[in-house]
Amino acid sequence: MIRHAFALVGEYAAMAWHSIVAHKLRSFLTTLGIFIGVTTIITIWTTIQGLNSYITNTLGDISSSVVYVEKFPWVISNDFWKYRNRKNITWREYQTIRAQSRLAKTVTPQVMAQRVISHKEKKLEGVAVLGTTETFMAISSVFPESGRFFTAPEVRGKHNVCVLGAELSRSLFDEETPLGKRVRIGDRRYTVIGVLEKQGEFFGQSRDNFAIVPIGTFRNVFGMHRGLQIAVQAADAGQLDDLKEELRGILRRERKVAPGKEDDFAINQQDQLTDLYEKTTSTLYAIIIVIAGISLLVGGIGITNIMLVSVTERTREIGLRKAVGARRRNIMSQFLMESVTVAVLGGMVGILPGVLVGQMILSVMTVEGGVPFSAIALGFLFSALTGIVSGFYPAWKAARMNPIDALRYA
Amino acid sequence: MLIDIRDLSKHYLLGRVDVAALNGVTLSIRRGEYVAIMGPSGSGKSTLMNIIGCLDVPTAGTYLLNDHDVSRMSDDELAAIRNREIGFVFQTFNLLPRADALHNAELPLIYKGVPRAERRRIAETTLRKVGLGDRMHHKPNELSGGQRQRVAIARALVNNPSLILADEPTGNLDTKTGAEIMELFDTLHKAGNTIILVTHEEEIARYSQRIIRLRDGNIVSDAAVTREAAP
Ligand SMILES: Nc1ncnc2c1ncn2[C@@H]1O[C@H](COP(=O)(O)OP(=O)(O)OP(=O)(O)O)[C@@H](O)[C@H]1O
Ligand SMILES: [Mg+2]
Repeated sequence: MIRHAFALVGEYAAMAWHSIVAHKLRSFLTTLGIFIGVTTIITIWTTIQGLNSYITNTLGDISSSVVYVEKFPWVISNDFWKYRNRKNITWREYQTIRAQSRLAKTVTPQVMAQRVISHKEKKLEGVAVLGTTETFMAISSVFPESGRFFTAPEVRGKHNVCVLGAELSRSLFDEETPLGKRVRIGDRRYTVIGVLEKQGEFFGQSRDNFAIVPIGTFRNVFGMHRGLQIAVQAADAGQLDDLKEELRGILRRERKVAPGKEDDFAINQQDQLTDLYEKTTSTLYAIIIVIAGISLLVGGIGITNIMLVSVTERTREIGLRKAVGARRRNIMSQFLMESVTVAVLGGMVGILPGVLVGQMILSVMTVEGGVPFSAIALGFLFSALTGIVSGFYPAWKAARMNPIDALRYA
Repeated sequence: MLIDIRDLSKHYLLGRVDVAALNGVTLSIRRGEYVAIMGPSGSGKSTLMNIIGCLDVPTAGTYLLNDHDVSRMSDDELAAIRNREIGFVFQTFNLLPRADALHNAELPLIYKGVPRAERRRIAETTLRKVGLGDRMHHKPNELSGGQRQRVAIARALVNNPSLILADEPTGNLDTKTGAEIMELFDTLHKAGNTIILVTHEEEIARYSQRIIRLRDGNIVSDAAVTREAAP
């Protein structure tokens, strides 16, 4: 019996195919809903996968044993205005943390500016310049590809040295080695002592277009009063919460925050971004479910409708098949196969634009890799499911027909 | 006994009116017989044929086919019986319009679960037997009425059924083509098939061995055909 059931699958497929070919336009229109649904699902699914691979990359760059003392939190959930009048994080506060924190392994101040950078005739506007100390290497995920990072004595001595990002180095020097050459940042000259490895792009933006100079030098040249970001690395990754508490205490005392008042600074860490990311993806998943649901409904109703028409048109055929020995399950399978085939064909047609749009999104995001196989499998599964669900009632109606009435149907 | 029918009734409820299409019919038919059922329109011929063909179940009475009681069987059980035991020939042919002669003829074998190659072989042999060896791949609309009915007869034969049922098989054919179809039934009968046919025409009925006449759902006569009287 089971062998028969399987042997008949080929027959049902052939019947379905003939019926679809006989009604090409009708079948095509029927599948539009499925087509749109599958395209959307594959696109969104691909976007999620792209985000995933980007985020694991980026979050991987932020060490989980480091907290960042800053003016603003990374994720601002409520009223932005209350943060507006906050005081910058100062150099004094950096020194206090360094002197007082006992749970910190390294304390790394960072300050940013944008400047014109030039070498001979080559001149680049608005390049990011980062001032920091030698401990930056302890918390960074990028390392010098050639040359070296600056040392503690160079930081203390406020030497005019710099380390270049890969992209900046290429723009200024092409294939030449920049090591030992001098570049002009603002109106001073700096000796290039290192070039960092490449980090790649995100949303078409290079992440390697910057220069790093010792923070003392930076402050002398670009001003003493710029706000800092202070990266504090825990001596023990397990004591991250204790470290945050310790830092809060130090900063509240230093900034004279009255007891009972809110902090007027933020201590950020990787978790916040992970949380934000998880919220974003769960929104995307919700969108996928809603869109899948709507197109399941629209496409499904279309298929149900056309299958009901098909069943009615073929009443005599059903009567005849029953008269020569088709059982209920034979008729049921025949029509289910037909609705699944229509739906899956529509889905397969939807896979192509889905993959194309997905590929476009991935390249805009500058994420490597193609549309994942899971996206295609999902689109396929979704359309097959729609075919089964929406074909069920018409198939059941056909299977239950009385052969005499069906044969007599005009 | 191939068919053993006792006190068979079939009632239809039309609104509040009870219509008795069959009213206590008792009837036996032996293997190898060739029977014609006659009677005025509405006398219950098709109703009786449908019950004999297991397309329908009686309201009361018993029907033994090959000693199996088929009067109380389920839909799917009846389908299996129809598939194995019965071949139908209809007045309106009832062929699948988009399928060729070969596919139409092999249809019962699909539901019997016969593998494709064997199915094709049986259907081809049978189509040759009914004189359509050169029309295997013609669609119904590419065939004449007589040829269509031959395809339908081939379809009725492929399963090697115990019983061939034909409800006015010549009703849609001209006299000459009708006679050709009747010659074919004759050949099938001589080859050992049991045939029951419904007809309005005496000349057609005379091809059989036995004529059963119905009126208002009752058998009014049941007699052998006298060969001497045949034209
Ligand atoms: N599905 C049905 N519902 C109600 N009444 C029916 C149904 N089928 C048949 N009848 C009635 O049963 C009676 C017998 O019908 P049947 O079709 O058996 O007649 P018949 O002898 O085949 O007539 P004809 O020579 O016109 O084909 C008729 O009165 C008919 O109206
Ligand atoms: Mg009739």
